[in-house]
Amino acid sequence: MTRPVTFPVHLAMLAWAVVTSLPLLWAVVSSFKTDDEILNHPWSVPATPRFGNWARAWTEASIGRYFLNSLIVVGGGLLLTMFLGALVAYALARYEFRGNRLLYYVFVAAMFFPVFLALVPLFFVVQQLGLLGTYPGLILVYAAYAVPFTVFFLHAFFRTLPTEVAEAAFLDGCSHARVFFQVMLPLARPGLVAVGIFNFLGLWNQYLLPLVLNPDPDRYVLAQGLAALSVSQGYRSDWSGLFAGLTIAMVPVLIAYVAFQRQIRAGLTAGAVK
Amino acid sequence: MRHGRVRFLLGALLPALVLHVVFVLSPYAQAFYLSLTDWTGVAGSAHFVGAANYARLGGDALFLDAVRNNAVMLLVVPLVTIGLGLFLASMLHLGGRGGRRGIAGSGAYQIVYFFPQLLSLVVIAVLWGFVYNPNTGLLNSGLRAAGLGALARSWLAEPHLALPAVMAVLIWSSVGFYVVLFSAAIDAIPKELFEAALIDGAGGWHTFRRVTLPLVRESVQVAFVYLGIAALDAFAVVQVMTVGPGGPDGATEVIGLSLYRTAFTYGKFGYASAMGVALFFATLTLAVLALRGGRRERLELS
Repeated sequence: MTRPVTFPVHLAMLAWAVVTSLPLLWAVVSSFKTDDEILNHPWSVPATPRFGNWARAWTEASIGRYFLNSLIVVGGGLLLTMFLGALVAYALARYEFRGNRLLYYVFVAAMFFPVFLALVPLFFVVQQLGLLGTYPGLILVYAAYAVPFTVFFLHAFFRTLPTEVAEAAFLDGCSHARVFFQVMLPLARPGLVAVGIFNFLGLWNQYLLPLVLNPDPDRYVLAQGLAALSVSQGYRSDWSGLFAGLTIAMVPVLIAYVAFQRQIRAGLTAGAVK
Repeated sequence: MRHGRVRFLLGALLPALVLHVVFVLSPYAQAFYLSLTDWTGVAGSAHFVGAANYARLGGDALFLDAVRNNAVMLLVVPLVTIGLGLFLASMLHLGGRGGRRGIAGSGAYQIVYFFPQLLSLVVIAVLWGFVYNPNTGLLNSGLRAAGLGALARSWLAEPHLALPAVMAVLIWSSVGFYVVLFSAAIDAIPKELFEAALIDGAGGWHTFRRVTLPLVRESVQVAFVYLGIAALDAFAVVQVMTVGPGGPDGATEVIGLSLYRTAFTYGKFGYASAMGVALFFATLTLAVLALRGGRRERLELS
């Protein structure tokens, strides 16, 4: 057996690790520098860490507000998506009735349409409902566009679950709703977690929908706020504040990822393999 | 029991169906109709103009720039990303014994490679805007520090460099995801196949070419579809990072950006819808081609 040559392999792996992490690390380090240090010594570490940058970004540059807006909209959208998606997937996977197949395709076909196609009419639909620039408007639209994939994923999942437990529950006199909420949902937990993680990241990183449907700067979500900030801070040349804002947007997600990395990677790649 | 069943099914399906029809199906359907009108957003003022919008697309220089740029991205981004992803994923396994077990630290590498996948494209675009900054950016100041100052460029301001710079960001942000995806596919290959290849004296390249690649083909196809769709989009990165946006001089214009500007800056909603329909057919063609290609390859395998 030939001895594997590990050194060049490690070199290649390490090279990409550096390419991936260097820009991220640079942004985090820069968020502690003064504007002067950022402009004149891009590769150096700060003489003294300036935590004030973070405070300024959080309050003056409204990153805190954008963060809160994102939490509300993504939290609401995610809950609604999971609730409706799980109900639809379960009803279609476990009940035989006329039009079942058709309904499934009506939901799932939407996955294959580019959102850009719907963008113009969607704007007017939301406007006519009086929901433009409101939390409920964004939450409903986020859920509407996340439900198809959720149905697709959970439909397959509910089909693999054993039927015996549900049948026993029916014999015991449980209602259909109780069987779903108290028997089937707990059984489907691994699938719900996987698609939940997938949806959370998708909604958290959503940019196009809020850009069009959420014009009020007070209600900007984080991605919108950062994009606007990168333009306005550029004029005011508050680079350190912008780096701090960028870091605030990056770090919570990365920390959550390192803590739950196995589940998150499994959830995200499962979405692609399905 | 039967009565409860109908009521449960209605309760389970109806709310989601209403949401789906109002916010998803009806906008998609309306878009096809709007693309045949000259609507500018004033109620009741839409005139049917037939295929005029589509005819106009063919003479719209900026839109043609966008189509060309999306086409270039469609060719380059999936190829380079999948190439790098396959290379790194098989490296993760190749270093180990029998071409199977991961090299030391393979878990840590996968964690780091996956980072960009978690960030929103806006965060990535703002970050890379800084990296490319001609005076204080990471890239140019790094080049100067390494004595390669002659290579420093205004990456996003030079017409022939701007599109490659955008594509580099797209590739940077997606390679890690496909390393993890391909790595999982390689893990699923029976160990005996690698051992057999090793006993037959196959080297690293031959093992990859004859064993790994044919058996991860399906994952590669999925990757092509996903990356193709991302390359047809590219809106967020271009809109946030490039000058203009879409510049310099249309060098980084993409279809999504044209559509967004036509609709929400100029208010030409009919014309913008025609762009959306064009994008829809491009996406559809891509998916059909990938599926048909997939069928042929599977036949060859059996």
